[in-house]
Amino acid sequence: MKLSGADIVCESLIREGVDVIFGILGGTILPLYDKLPGYPQLRHILVRHEQCAAHSADGYARATGKVGVCFATSGPGATNLVTGIANAYLDSAPMVAITGQVARPLIGKDAFQEVDITGITLPITKHNYLVLEASSIARTIKEAFYLARTGRPGPVLIDIPRDVFMEEAEFHYPAKLSLTGYKPVLEGHPTQIKKAVKLINEAQRPLIIAGRGIIISGASAELRHLAETSQVPVVTTLLGIGSFPESHILSFGMIGMHGTAYANMAVDNADLIIAIGMRFDDRATAKVSGFAPAGRIIHIDIDPAEIGKNVRVDVPIVGDARVILKEINKLLVPVQHLQWVRQLDEWRKEHPSTAVRYSEGLLPQFVVRKIYEVTKGDATIVTGVGQNQMWAAQHFWYDHPTSFISSGGLGTMGFGLPAAIGVKVGCPEKTVWCVDGDGSFQMTLHELATVAQENVGVKIAILNNGFLGMVRQWQELFYEKRYVATRLSGPDFVKIAEAYGIPGVRVKYKEEVAPAIERAMAEPGPFLIDFVVEPEENVYPMVPPGASLAEVMEAPVTEAKPLSDSAKLPVSNI
Amino acid sequence: MASKHTLVAVVENRPGVLNRMASLFRRRGFNIESIAVGHSEIPGQSRVTLVVDGNTTIVEQVRKQLDKVIDVIKVTDLTDSEMVDRELALIKVKASSTTRNEIMQIVNIFRANIIDVGFDSVTVEVTGDEDKIDSLCNLLRGFGIKELARTGRIALARGGAGPAAGEKGTSKSAGQSH
Ligand SMILES: Cc1ncc(C[n+]2csc(CCOP(=O)(O)OP(=O)(O)O)c2C)c(N)n1
Ligand SMILES: [Mg+2]
Repeated sequence: MKLSGADIVCESLIREGVDVIFGILGGTILPLYDKLPGYPQLRHILVRHEQCAAHSADGYARATGKVGVCFATSGPGATNLVTGIANAYLDSAPMVAITGQVARPLIGKDAFQEVDITGITLPITKHNYLVLEASSIARTIKEAFYLARTGRPGPVLIDIPRDVFMEEAEFHYPAKLSLTGYKPVLEGHPTQIKKAVKLINEAQRPLIIAGRGIIISGASAELRHLAETSQVPVVTTLLGIGSFPESHILSFGMIGMHGTAYANMAVDNADLIIAIGMRFDDRATAKVSGFAPAGRIIHIDIDPAEIGKNVRVDVPIVGDARVILKEINKLLVPVQHLQWVRQLDEWRKEHPSTAVRYSEGLLPQFVVRKIYEVTKGDATIVTGVGQNQMWAAQHFWYDHPTSFISSGGLGTMGFGLPAAIGVKVGCPEKTVWCVDGDGSFQMTLHELATVAQENVGVKIAILNNGFLGMVRQWQELFYEKRYVATRLSGPDFVKIAEAYGIPGVRVKYKEEVAPAIERAMAEPGPFLIDFVVEPEENVYPMVPPGASLAEVMEAPVTEAKPLSDSAKLPVSNI
Repeated sequence: MASKHTLVAVVENRPGVLNRMASLFRRRGFNIESIAVGHSEIPGQSRVTLVVDGNTTIVEQVRKQLDKVIDVIKVTDLTDSEMVDRELALIKVKASSTTRNEIMQIVNIFRANIIDVGFDSVTVEVTGDEDKIDSLCNLLRGFGIKELARTGRIALARGGAGPAAGEKGTSKSAGQSH
């Protein structure tokens, strides 16, 4: 059967199980868009900026585990995707981006809206393609989806010239792939697994650091089994949040620059670190030379290049976290580390890193805590970048693997709203809250139009401190309070929402917080709350840049008490 | 300790593959001494020989990062195995009627060839390992080298073993066998 290149794209996407595409069209990709009405299974969501097409596809992918798809036209459409692609690359989110390209005879001639997008995205994609015949579209799409979702997932870009969309070719979707250069290892090496088990069975002060790899491979149950059988406390990276239930007695929160003091102390004192699906990012390890000074390290990761990249590793195991944990679990001898766990509990009591202090004014931490209380934790939180992101990470209990979605590796302001749209579109039954900063929100607030047009029922909580808060915090602590270019005059967000046809309220007082959140929840569609919070509140604990995890700065004592609310303790302790 | 490593990458002969490799070296700050590319014994696959200067950890990273490039089929570090390696150089040397004989003697000792004779120069072709080529260059420098072109190292494992295409991964299978 002969089909046009554009039809082949659509047929192939359907065969890959695609149901949603985020994008914006233009001249070179118009022949593809022209065919979309013939494929009602493919829902197209028109965004307002291509960066957000990529972020929405990214959010969709993280929430559903499926490959997110975005479309853009050549030239500026394609370059606008770049931030979103880089974001997905650094956080290993599976994505396929399809861009239009100028027609073949014009390539290399600096034609109107021609850019070398495969060249530009070379270092931020897992792989990319420029397709030069309609007859290779099907194979390319098959490969792209396979590459995007397997091994260490990531974004793949396919650039298709305008005339290739219009060229006809025989269509049959290949059943098999031939990627000789790509064979991700799933099973761990048995000898390495035995070595790891020996270390686990013999450790006195073992600690698991769980990363996003656990979530990607769906290894939460296996992780829990390991933690419980060998009584190993669990801490997570920022993107590992939710991989292990935070209300579990063995959960000690997040490590890193804004991790809990006790999680960082645990890393500092552990005699064995079991790092799973994480890559020792500098925000997580702080000063690498001071990382886990007393600990041997088992590193489980699917990407061989992550082994030994940043820290020395004693037992590396390359493979899929779930497959490897299953094997490890078979060999475990049940043990207890009562003293060690008690020690961590003690540190947790002495250093209540997630307590919300008493304040007359409205604290951002208090807002996050109330969202937790009103939703009873049954929500997916998607964040902006900055203080809002850290407060969202610290003051909500995440018990489900995909309940916290955030831009970790790239730290992209503006990720929140478009990603939340992607999450809600992918999981319409879930309650989705976008917890954002006033600065981050303003980077992509045009997506309120997408929210309105598609009636995406996301709830938006802006922690409006009138500052690029995280940078202001650095200026306060490390630049003698020279607040250069961090003061931010925002618009009236409630009026902005209203202009887009979205209801919203402004909240200035503590008493209004819970009722406003309840009102948002009662609303069937989208809702925005502008929380006017204390402008100069800081995120604590904090490991200063360049310091090691042990040198954690806690909230000044006057700030830490009295408590208006409990610290984030495991439920069984309250 | 830093030392020179010879890596061999068998790659799909597709547009962009060299670009991908070069981009990776630049981005991660890997110091590549030489790179030589040409067809391999398998149609559609090229063989890239790289000389990397660095300690074992860095070279391991180069190898693993290269292996991640989808169009790279296999990467092998030949350094610790028995290998034969060669480089080719073309050297254009200033030569007058008085020095020409002396140059020819040196060329003979090195089993090199003179492949072109000009009015005031001769062009020497030499193959061998780097040391040999370096020594010849040093000797000829006294006469004045007008132009020099070197190919960079190419290498094969001795005997039957080799990085023939097939399973991805190398003898140091995915970094596990420490
Ligand atoms: C696109 C982008 N530009 C700049 C930065 C640097 N940056 C990190 S946090 C931050 C401030 C964020 O301000 P806001 O969104 O209001 O969040 P807050 O910290 O106040 O909660 C900035 C500018 C960034 N991460 N991303
Ligand atoms: Mg702010």
